[in-house]
Amino acid sequence: MESKRIGGHYSHRYDSELEEVVNRVLAMGGLVEAQLTNALRAFIEGDTQVAQEVTENDARVNSFEVSIDERCVEILARRQPAAMDLRLIVAVIKTITDLERIGDLAGAIARMALRQAEGDRPRKQLFRDIETMGNRVITMLHDALDAFARMDPAAAVNVVRQDFAIDSDHEAILRQNVTFMMEDSRNIGRMLDITYAARALERVGDHARNMCEYTIYLVKGRDVRHIDLKEMEAIATGTVPGEK
Amino acid sequence: MSQRNPAASSMSAGLFEGSTRTIRSLADEDIAISVEGLNLYYGDTQALKNITMQIPKQRVTAFIGPSGCGKSTLLRCFNRMNDLVDSCRIEGAINLHGANIYDRKTDVAELRRQVGMVFQKPNPFPKTIYENVAYGLRLQGVNNKRVLDEVVERSIKAVGLWEEVKDRLQSNAFGLSGGQQQRLVIARAIAIEPEVILLDEPTSALDPISTAKIEELIEELKEKYTILIVTHNMQQAARVSDYTAYMYLGEMVEYADTMHLFTNPAQKATEDYITGRYG
Repeated sequence: MESKRIGGHYSHRYDSELEEVVNRVLAMGGLVEAQLTNALRAFIEGDTQVAQEVTENDARVNSFEVSIDERCVEILARRQPAAMDLRLIVAVIKTITDLERIGDLAGAIARMALRQAEGDRPRKQLFRDIETMGNRVITMLHDALDAFARMDPAAAVNVVRQDFAIDSDHEAILRQNVTFMMEDSRNIGRMLDITYAARALERVGDHARNMCEYTIYLVKGRDVRHIDLKEMEAIATGTVPGEK
Repeated sequence: MSQRNPAASSMSAGLFEGSTRTIRSLADEDIAISVEGLNLYYGDTQALKNITMQIPKQRVTAFIGPSGCGKSTLLRCFNRMNDLVDSCRIEGAINLHGANIYDRKTDVAELRRQVGMVFQKPNPFPKTIYENVAYGLRLQGVNNKRVLDEVVERSIKAVGLWEEVKDRLQSNAFGLSGGQQQRLVIARAIAIEPEVILLDEPTSALDPISTAKIEELIEELKEKYTILIVTHNMQQAARVSDYTAYMYLGEMVEYADTMHLFTNPAQKATEDYITGRYG
């Protein structure tokens, strides 16, 4: 966290309240990242123990969300934040909603791993593409959290760009799965699971993208949702005339 | 801004245009007051430095900034209250209806009728509630009881005080609470139908409920009057004003629509002030 951005208040206590909120978001982000990594591993390797841990840990993600929300409401009520401080609180409230959803998606992937373990292990090569896609998504989530931690809008735009590769991974897996299903109808159950997992990963990418948009809003004060990437980049890198 | 994000573009709509937030040229009929290159000196000390701004009609414009930044001094320029300070010297112009109020020909009494003022501490006259409100009209030579009754009732109703005082109009105004006195003073100001009302920290001596009533009143009054308010309470500026000017050391650092100024100020100095940071 670039503390010079949140620090510097006459009230040191206010500084530490904001820092604490940001640190908790990063801790939550770290947990969600681990959840996603473990869920993916459990799904690909059929590790039921790890899958079990992921489903149990989901409650921790949820309680992070609740407690951070509570702290944000308290700061709004007590401090009436303005400008960047206000945008930080708004960005945090929205970011943790996306993180919680990512946590849910990791849980869903882990539950599919548990269900799969009941039957035969499918051929490893079926998982090759989802592993590639999964690693891309984990990197994107990691970089999105990093852009938030450093409050770096230019980095956030670069992360948003990663979402395109993830979307095309998703499409490729869908096409491939349809082919496998047509080849042998006994594959359908397995392939549906992989399809759902790919869908979940694609959604994680969207949530990570949202988080990047909040980071740009937080630093630049401009709402960049639902605009094209070029415009987003111009805002994030400060090439829009008259912007700070 | 993209067509697909109307919310983002509407944020900067209004007096200030686009992302550059330069002031839009207002049509003459939308401008209440325009200030041009105003410099003000108390002796050798320059209290206002080259202030240029357009204040839109029937809107609330707030002036914020730390103590001594010149916001009250600027407010007092609008009805020439600074004339009462011996060492005060003013350059530049303040135009009301296209005429410079600092022109030699200006009738200051008439100016102060057009530009009413309310101070931090309620200052009712030591007279009855009725006579406080009728005072301005009596000064203008109106003595017709029917006319006075009507204006007194209308003005007191306009400030939401009528139900509280209608049975004791002949009691001394000092018997009212601070919040009631402040509303009475505003009633006195609007009884003579001004165009502009200057409020110099009008609620800093009041409790939260009286403050809320005054803020509510400001919201209603802007339908008829142009309101300029100096306040130390930034949340108050954020709540009641359409436009906010941040001043520091006699300079106008930033003047923007209130929503913008409080969520995404253009100047770091403004950001530091409104977020409670040292620069």
